[in-house]
Amino acid sequence: MHGVYSLLVAPFVEYAFMQRALAGSLMLALGACPIGVFLMLRRMSLSGDAMSHAILPGAAAGFLFYGLEILPMTIGGLVAGLVVALGAGAISRFTVQREDASMAAFYLISLALGVLTVSIRGSSVDLMHVLFGTVLALNDEALTLIGGIAAVTLAALFVFWRALVAECLDPLFLRSVSRWGGPVHFVFLGLVVLNLVGGFQALGTLLSVGLMMLPAAAARFWTNRASFMCVLSVAIGFASCTAGLLLSYHAALPSGPAIILSAGVVYFLSILFGPRGVLRTRTVAHRHRTA
Amino acid sequence: MTQPCLTFRDLTLGYNSHPAVHHLSGTVRRGSLTAVVGANGSGKSTLLKGIVGILEPMSGTVAKASGARIAYLPQQSELDRTFPASVLDLVSMGLWPRRGLLGRHTAQDRESVAAALQAVGLQDFEQRALDMLSGGQLQRALFARVLVQDADLILLDEPFNAIDAKTVGDLIDLIRRWHGEKRTVMVVAHDLDLVRRHFPETLLMARQPVAWGDTKATLKPENLLRARRFHEAWEEDAPWCEPEGHSHSHGHGHAQAHTHGHDDTVAASGPKAA
Repeated sequence: MHGVYSLLVAPFVEYAFMQRALAGSLMLALGACPIGVFLMLRRMSLSGDAMSHAILPGAAAGFLFYGLEILPMTIGGLVAGLVVALGAGAISRFTVQREDASMAAFYLISLALGVLTVSIRGSSVDLMHVLFGTVLALNDEALTLIGGIAAVTLAALFVFWRALVAECLDPLFLRSVSRWGGPVHFVFLGLVVLNLVGGFQALGTLLSVGLMMLPAAAARFWTNRASFMCVLSVAIGFASCTAGLLLSYHAALPSGPAIILSAGVVYFLSILFGPRGVLRTRTVAHRHRTA
Repeated sequence: MTQPCLTFRDLTLGYNSHPAVHHLSGTVRRGSLTAVVGANGSGKSTLLKGIVGILEPMSGTVAKASGARIAYLPQQSELDRTFPASVLDLVSMGLWPRRGLLGRHTAQDRESVAAALQAVGLQDFEQRALDMLSGGQLQRALFARVLVQDADLILLDEPFNAIDAKTVGDLIDLIRRWHGEKRTVMVVAHDLDLVRRHFPETLLMARQPVAWGDTKATLKPENLLRARRFHEAWEEDAPWCEPEGHSHSHGHGHAQAHTHGHDDTVAASGPKAA
């Protein structure tokens, strides 16, 4: 019993930095995982990845002028992310080009600008900070920011839920009964950017997408209800954060990748054992009902 | 009874400055049941999109009776059948006009959804996932959604495509029920026998209206022949259609065929209609 305690609970009780890391990553999962579910359902799973690259130049600009300071980097990332998200979204809505292509174009330009900006000032060590995050060094500012983003995200999901579902399920129908179709798409893109910017402080731009997409992708194998999928993805996110932090603590591994790899393990287990996963669908396949 | 539900005034709809519906004028009577027929590309779907407001007119106007609620079932649904939703979720979307984004679904709303599912014969399918439905079952579910929408004007774009005879019969019964409830219904259809049997009025399109009114008169062989001569493709270098006051020449109901007084300009975008 004592062994279990010292393995799973003690690190969080004894070390303030572990408490902060846990609080930050759990709040992040609370907002980012449901967003990931909708990204996946809209077949925009890779857009999150693209968008995370897109926020880099903004964060880099903040870094260039103020060093490793959370607020300027966050605001910079937010601005760059929104420009790319809204720009790519607008081009796909108002021209013949589809969103995947416009998103790719925007994020590549943005990424190049970001790398250029970082190279002007920073060393590669600093760049590693930006890219892989500093979850073990979350200060009060960062925690407040992540908490605020989670609150905004959950509130927005609650308010726009029906429109988000309708826009995914049958966009033409939504357009025929309401004017929410366009706005809700941009609200959603805004939420994606917000959560990625929140994540980049804790996990870095590259890995924050992982916490957004992997729990969502894993949850898909367990349920066929959108609402339950969101709840499940958050639960998987929570479990991954906790497991990842413990893993990083005990094995002295970097915390960001440890969290994402934990989510990756859940993903593979889901593929295998979920009710919609391979084992179940394979074993059921050679039996059939009469009707 | 003779109040118009829809009034078209010299309506031109299209894409990239090429008209798909050309100078349409006339009215759709409240409570009427109209079939819209014509070849592929003759502007039937475009007309419905214009009525719904998804497509802005290039010129002219569509006036709807004030407060009229529209239910629209598109031909090419953008419905994502892989989305994790049940039949109940899909049909409940029909509550949107009443409840909007945040309004609570009341017990009465849930009853109306259940009644709609019952009416289309899907009462045991509430929890069925969308990707587990056959084409006919999905179409029944979409009709149930239209039922729930409780609309005054119902627009159905080729609802009988790839649907078996039994289902078509059931859906026709629903359409007749709507007609009996004095709702205005417009249905794009290709099966002329079906149109003759069930639809009192018909609009025959070939970019411009070839004939519009009583079904038997509209579907006369000479009208059908004229519609068949319609040239589907638009021409890249068709001359510009100049306004010449044609809106005055036919502001008188729709009970007669609308032969437009501008064959000279139309002739370039398609073969002569006369």
